[in-house]
Amino acid sequence: MSGPSTYDPKTGIERWLDSRLPIIRLGYDSFVDFPTPKNLNYWYTFGGILTVCLMIQILTGIVLAMHYVPHVDYAFASIERIDRDVNFGWLLRNIHAVGASMFFLAVYLHIFRGLYYGSYKAPREVLWILGVVIYLLMMAAAFLGYVLPWGQMSFWGATVITELFGAIPLVGGPITEWLWGGFAVGNTTLNRFFSLHYLIPFLIAGVVGLHVWALHVPGNNNPTGISVKTSNDTLPFHPYYTVKDGFAIAVFLVIFAAFVFYAPDVLGHADNYIEADPLVTPAHIVPEWYLLPFYAILRAVPDKLGGVILMFGAIGVLFILPWLDTSKVRSMRYRPMAKWFFVGFLIACLGLGWAGAELPDNPVPILGAVGIDFLFFGRVLTLYYFAYFLVILPVLGFVEKPKERPASIDAAVTGGKSAAPAAAPAE
Amino acid sequence: MTDETQAVDGGEETTRRDFIYIAAGGTAAIGGALTLWPFIDQMNPAADTLAEASTEVNLAALDEGVGITVMFRSRPHFVRRRTAAEVEAAAEADVNRLPDSNARNVNIGDGELATVDNRSALTAAVADGVTVDEAFARTILVSGANCTHLGCVPTEGAGEYDAWFCPCHGSHYDTAGRIRRGPAPENLPIPPMTFTAPTTLVLG
Repeated sequence: MSGPSTYDPKTGIERWLDSRLPIIRLGYDSFVDFPTPKNLNYWYTFGGILTVCLMIQILTGIVLAMHYVPHVDYAFASIERIDRDVNFGWLLRNIHAVGASMFFLAVYLHIFRGLYYGSYKAPREVLWILGVVIYLLMMAAAFLGYVLPWGQMSFWGATVITELFGAIPLVGGPITEWLWGGFAVGNTTLNRFFSLHYLIPFLIAGVVGLHVWALHVPGNNNPTGISVKTSNDTLPFHPYYTVKDGFAIAVFLVIFAAFVFYAPDVLGHADNYIEADPLVTPAHIVPEWYLLPFYAILRAVPDKLGGVILMFGAIGVLFILPWLDTSKVRSMRYRPMAKWFFVGFLIACLGLGWAGAELPDNPVPILGAVGIDFLFFGRVLTLYYFAYFLVILPVLGFVEKPKERPASIDAAVTGGKSAAPAAAPAE
Repeated sequence: MTDETQAVDGGEETTRRDFIYIAAGGTAAIGGALTLWPFIDQMNPAADTLAEASTEVNLAALDEGVGITVMFRSRPHFVRRRTAAEVEAAAEADVNRLPDSNARNVNIGDGELATVDNRSALTAAVADGVTVDEAFARTILVSGANCTHLGCVPTEGAGEYDAWFCPCHGSHYDTAGRIRRGPAPENLPIPPMTFTAPTTLVLG
């Protein structure tokens, strides 16, 4: 971790343990005395919120697995039993199902915060890449979990997603049969999806450990994007940020609870309360809301393989983002042009989500008057999505004139009153 | 290895250690790779899954213009007795200008043209001593019922060709089960089939 350890074991037992397994020292240096920039705003609380989300999903998931039956003949009924007969089963399942949506809501805010404040730039590239790995694992876990209730959306979602691999030339067919363990999505598929759905959260927990480790080597980025220079720029993590994170978590849980108790199904699809039927595809199949933008990108391409490549490319491009953004300035607070392209990117992502939820041939409200349907709408936004990463960010670094940045974090917060102004030039 | 022998005194010992090092490393690498295979292969279709039964369809129960969906090899398949108008509508299309001009019919080899006849039950094998009415067989279409895009089951009697329309991503199929418009890359596949009686068709 950054800086020498300040842990001072007070009792004999602590000293005894510290010379054998310095685990208290690790916790103290990481979450108590860890020097944290003193200007972090509430957008920086989502790391803590996401940790809570992961714990909630693992805890509720473990107990739901005690009642769920991973068999095509019993899975749907066992979910109904959890809802109706198991003590507090309705509550635990609603928390788990709503929890998935809340998890993605928090991760998207966390990712957009990183994009705005340039948290992916040196020296935090590995931290960013580990975050993208976690995001990929989250999508895998969410997809596998959505199959388990064995409703119509479960079955057809599983069919569509596994068939994506069929687009791979030559090996596509054998790979899909390998994934299914048969010639279509069936009991074997459900069994292995359950096994993997149980595994992935623990993989996520492992990568989260690496993510926190990679965070604690360079330390937090902050809204100014300026590196920490002196101890005047920081505060100890505890109590300043344990309290701030704690307050944010409490507010987040209020929203979470509102969904769980008043609208547990509003983020899902009614069709998933119909048991899976391999003979009938629902008239309008769409993924869960958090995957809609990628679904819109998939449909934007008229070619099967091309659509699959572009959809995976939309996530793949995030891995190389640290090297695509050529600007030396981290925070978009001081990037007058990048700021507006970022707003455009945010709108494009939301628009892609909207396009993914609609039928491709439907006209877009208002724009439909000039013949624009959701397919065309999705194509334009897909173009902007990729242009943002592959053209706009690489070029902006050369053409944009950044605004003047404060001399230090301390100067940005207090105007430099708390200490003698640092002589060092800005970054 | 020559370098190490020169660098370290007692060349014989170094050589033996090198041998053990390479032998142990090689065993670990090859053994590891071989051990991995059962863990990968267990996910492939099991023996009981591979031992699939065939599916028998009684065509006499179908009136003209009626289609049913049957399960064959754990996948739904369309069986449709088309009206003369439906057959003619499909025959009007220029085969060479279809998105997929391959018949996709295992009963006649790969690469045959996707004509109406090449995609109908005319191509089915006929069991010994059975006589099939060709005009009747020509109206029968049997095909996989999973869209060749991403596997949804298209809706019957819908879409631009009043045949099949896939609700998932908007693929339109005609009355010969051929892809005409939309993201699907191929025609619906024709399964292996045999007439065991004038109106009994066995898939598989």
